[in-house]
Amino acid sequence: MTATALSAFIFVGSLVAGFLGSLTGLGGGVVIVPLLALAFGIDIRYAIGASLVSVIATSSGAAAAYVREGFSNIRIGMFLEMATTVGALAGAALATHVSTSAIAVVFGLVLMYSAAIGSEHPRTGAAAAGNASSRLAEKLRLNGSYPSPDAGAVDGWCAYGARRVPAGFSLMFGAGVLSGLLGIGSGAVKVLAMDRAMGLPFKVSTTTSNFMIGVTAAASAGVYLARGYVDPGLAMPVMLGVVGGALAGSKLLVSAPVSILRWVFRGVLAALAIEMIYNGLTGRI
Amino acid sequence: MRWTDEEVEQWMGRVLQIGVAVAALVVFIGGVVYLVHEGGEEPDYRNFHDVAPWLKTTSGIAQAVITGHGRALIQLGILLMIATPVMRVVFAVFAFAVEKDWLYTGVSCFVLAVLSYALFLAR
Repeated sequence: MTATALSAFIFVGSLVAGFLGSLTGLGGGVVIVPLLALAFGIDIRYAIGASLVSVIATSSGAAAAYVREGFSNIRIGMFLEMATTVGALAGAALATHVSTSAIAVVFGLVLMYSAAIGSEHPRTGAAAAGNASSRLAEKLRLNGSYPSPDAGAVDGWCAYGARRVPAGFSLMFGAGVLSGLLGIGSGAVKVLAMDRAMGLPFKVSTTTSNFMIGVTAAASAGVYLARGYVDPGLAMPVMLGVVGGALAGSKLLVSAPVSILRWVFRGVLAALAIEMIYNGLTGRI
Repeated sequence: MRWTDEEVEQWMGRVLQIGVAVAALVVFIGGVVYLVHEGGEEPDYRNFHDVAPWLKTTSGIAQAVITGHGRALIQLGILLMIATPVMRVVFAVFAFAVEKDWLYTGVSCFVLAVLSYALFLAR
């Protein structure tokens, strides 16, 4: 296939991935690597390099809007980025020492996890569980407030605290390792750390997670670039496709078919997970 | 001059938006040049064989960009994309310092140090 034809096909595939990822809130990065590796037969290391660049693009683009709306907590983000960036370096270092088959199997397991938890709204009213901070969180000034229409909010702003900081910090290191190893944003693990472990409101968790993904991916992308895993001919259609798709997805305000789409997308993730694990175990990747 | 958290947030959002837009534009221009000149070639991505050495370093990319090389232009756009979140962290270092929040100035410096290591030293 010529470079022009290949670029066109990859662009369209990435456009769809970015669009669905943004619309369903599951992120496009997680399907880009399987798409490139399984459908186009591209070496998984090139696929990861290209995916990382697109992850930075979508994260930074979306974060810009959230930050300005006041949902992301910059202190929490910056504090936890200490864990994710070091984790990302460890993950990128690990990527050169393990076989591509092993990467494919781990990728499959993460896809399975993403499909299982999806972007469901966990523990409604997480903030209501108590907005008192633990002593450590108090010292680190991790508490904050976010725009909310709830009754408990003062002037439209709802205050919250943070708890179990060490647990959240450790989970974030793990999220960083996965991001560096697999070239994904690992937003699902980041949300898990903030929402479930640290008890932050869901909206704050998702937006702060998005905000951190770009910095985490930048750490591993630098390493991948220096190692020659970022091929411009491949990264170009992937990045432009994902960015275009994500932009279209965020502009489109359809409410009804989103839940159906989300189920379809989760089904796709599960199918890709099985395919990745099978190909990894049989040594085809 | 003292900045409020809200002002800092507004500026951070602006930094991110401009970075992504400029980087995507450079990648797009590079992509057009690349496909016009090398669109007929058949690249092999099935087997990993490392990209050309000059596409892996900042100085190598900079030299090739001057000659108008398509793939080098794309790589420059990718470097700009990677630099966008890094700029955000640089901005945070200054913003927290201006706010005299030394704890978070230190936290931001640590993150910046890790990123600098990743971009310039790690192999």
